[in-house]
Amino acid sequence: MTNNPVTWSRRRLLGTAAAAIGLGASGVLSGCSSVAGGLGAERDTGTLDFWNLFGGGDGVRMQQMLDAYQQGHPEIELAAVTLAWGNPYYTKLSLATVGDRPPEVAISHLTRMKNLVRADLLEELLPDDLARHGMTPDKFNQRAWEAGLVDGKAYAIPIDTHPFVMFYNTDICQEAGLLDASGKLKPLDGETAFIDAMTAAKQVTGGFGGALAFVSETSTPWRMFQSFYSQLGGQMLADDGNRVVIDDAKATQVLEFMQGLTRDGLFPNPIDYQGSIAMFANGETGFFFQGEWEITTFQTAKLPFSMTLFPNVFGGGTYAVQADSHTFVLPKQPHRDQARLDRSLTFVRSMLDQSKTWTEGGHVPLWLPFAESSEFAQMSPQSNYASAADSAAYDADGWYSGSGSNFEIITGSAIADVLAGASSPQQAIAQMRGNLEQLAGTASPL
Amino acid sequence: MSTQTSTQTDTDLGRGIAPTAPRRGGGLGQGRSAAGFLAPFVILYLLFVIGPTIYGLLLSFTNASLVKPGLNGFAGFGNYGEALGSGDFWSSLWHTLWFTILTTPPLVILGFVLALLANRLGRGRWFFRLAFFAPYVLPSAVVALIWLWLYTPALGLLDTALAKVGMTPPSWLGDAAWAMPSLAITTVWWTLGFNFVLYLAGLQEIPRDLYEAAAMDGAGPWQQIRSITIPMLGRTTTLVAVLQVIASLKVFDQMYLMTQGGPNFATRSILQLVYDEGFTNFRVGYAAAVSMLFFIVVLAVSAVWFTLVRRQEKVV
Repeated sequence: MTNNPVTWSRRRLLGTAAAAIGLGASGVLSGCSSVAGGLGAERDTGTLDFWNLFGGGDGVRMQQMLDAYQQGHPEIELAAVTLAWGNPYYTKLSLATVGDRPPEVAISHLTRMKNLVRADLLEELLPDDLARHGMTPDKFNQRAWEAGLVDGKAYAIPIDTHPFVMFYNTDICQEAGLLDASGKLKPLDGETAFIDAMTAAKQVTGGFGGALAFVSETSTPWRMFQSFYSQLGGQMLADDGNRVVIDDAKATQVLEFMQGLTRDGLFPNPIDYQGSIAMFANGETGFFFQGEWEITTFQTAKLPFSMTLFPNVFGGGTYAVQADSHTFVLPKQPHRDQARLDRSLTFVRSMLDQSKTWTEGGHVPLWLPFAESSEFAQMSPQSNYASAADSAAYDADGWYSGSGSNFEIITGSAIADVLAGASSPQQAIAQMRGNLEQLAGTASPL
Repeated sequence: MSTQTSTQTDTDLGRGIAPTAPRRGGGLGQGRSAAGFLAPFVILYLLFVIGPTIYGLLLSFTNASLVKPGLNGFAGFGNYGEALGSGDFWSSLWHTLWFTILTTPPLVILGFVLALLANRLGRGRWFFRLAFFAPYVLPSAVVALIWLWLYTPALGLLDTALAKVGMTPPSWLGDAAWAMPSLAITTVWWTLGFNFVLYLAGLQEIPRDLYEAAAMDGAGPWQQIRSITIPMLGRTTTLVAVLQVIASLKVFDQMYLMTQGGPNFATRSILQLVYDEGFTNFRVGYAAAVSMLFFIVVLAVSAVWFTLVRRQEKVV
């Protein structure tokens, strides 16, 4: 954080505004420290503000982990703030940090963390500090750790990889003859095998084979496209997002395949996020494609289901699947303070040590002491798709890219139109390229 | 945002429309106390409206970024040039105008018709007043949730009901042609109550004896409405229409919550473009330029309305 007096005015202005809000909030909400958390004007040495974006089952498990931490460290005043995920979360985190009122620790997606680094909002994690808390690079899944480095430096501690996966209804798949003798799904690799399985499931349900949300939803269509497209070795952006390098042939192949799924009635059209969940939960589809975090939803619904790797339809020898990772980051504080840093890192370490709780939510653990344990190997269905972490296709680098970003909105919107039958693959590619090139040609505001 | 804040504008506009009170006596002392009474408002207005507007105007000529200190260099008219040459700007401006066109006539006409009907009722009038006004008190997030469930493909109430009578429902929020009308329907249901109440108040201002005289002259109910009610409600209609146009131009919540501007940006309003550019892409300078351009559009629309109002006042 540069303290250049000439360029200080905006930051000071924001800081003052944030402080004013903070004072107002602490006056009105003095009994409610969690709400005023990140904005509180007083910053005692014993406080630890933690911002996250976890709702649903993730939120419940995160709370369990926070409770366990609090029990072990009763002297620390922990204030956890949960905010809605996506663009608004990152905007708030950025503004709080620019305004000199950042939380001590925050959650960030790995693909969004890099832009926070470029905006100079995160503290670099020095090897010595990490080693002091036992968090050396060799204790993490290498794919995720290396994907998180910016110019070879660490700014984030990943806790999970959350890949796009395939959910399947075991009763329906059994009836459709898609399970092997041990009750596991037979591989659906290759276009024909995939289509055949969807058709077989459709015949059993009398409705649809699988469900993929694409109405009022842009991330999900993007996730499926990115998985297939990466299996073909396709890239979207190059040079840190300054160039758009969509491969027309590969993108067309994937989009035609996806359009066929809705056109031939194997997937429902139209369908939104909640609708896709409801259909799978009601047994109207045999398969459901979404991030693994929906595991809790179907466990609660007592559905006979399992989960496995997203099929390798186009990859042949190489496998790839769209994924992102949740990471812990330390936003830049107005003043460096060794005690605070250690407090934050102790907290992060405590979260990593509770990887088992976190994994119950479907996420693939990256903390090797747990990920390589026999305890994890026995966790089903989580261990079925653990290898996705090694083949994770993260969103390309770029100031407008990352989970829930404008990049995903632009690409996902175009792909959704293809699934709805409203535009051809060629139109969608032209639209994606046009919109992305506009962003690629704009000077980065970071 | 639509119409939720309009109660405040209401008073401003009301003052603009009402003929200015004739100046009566009043020395220096009275002027001073008037200034005293105005001060709380004027200070807040300068601090929170005029100040930020000027700051926004300045920002629009820079490359200011949300996450960088300083103004990040002077851009001249670069941001304005980029906006005017951008397809996104024109399409989202059109979406806002299209939404205004879709919502204003039904909100004004239905507000009038329902007020007329409710006013004629003897018993149970309170029930209809409540029923028509109730949705207006809901926050936008609640309205969005209710209507998202109604519009849910295949499982939603609307789709299930239409399927029962053998109709194929459209993809309400998923089809680019239907998404905006669907949002307009939601908005009409939500904000109708405000216009309804204004009309109801207007109706009660009309002297009873006009109707009695008309009835004695042999005018039927329809003639009474056409020759008495509608002309007597002229001012109310102008007020309702102005408020409605401005409220509709400000649309943001419904789209942001229900379609996120989709499908494929078909419902992204100009304010969401400002939000996307400023808070998501961090390009505050560019976002400020877009909002200044939108400000000019709103100003132009208001100017046209005020000209019409002036003319009407001269006639009356």
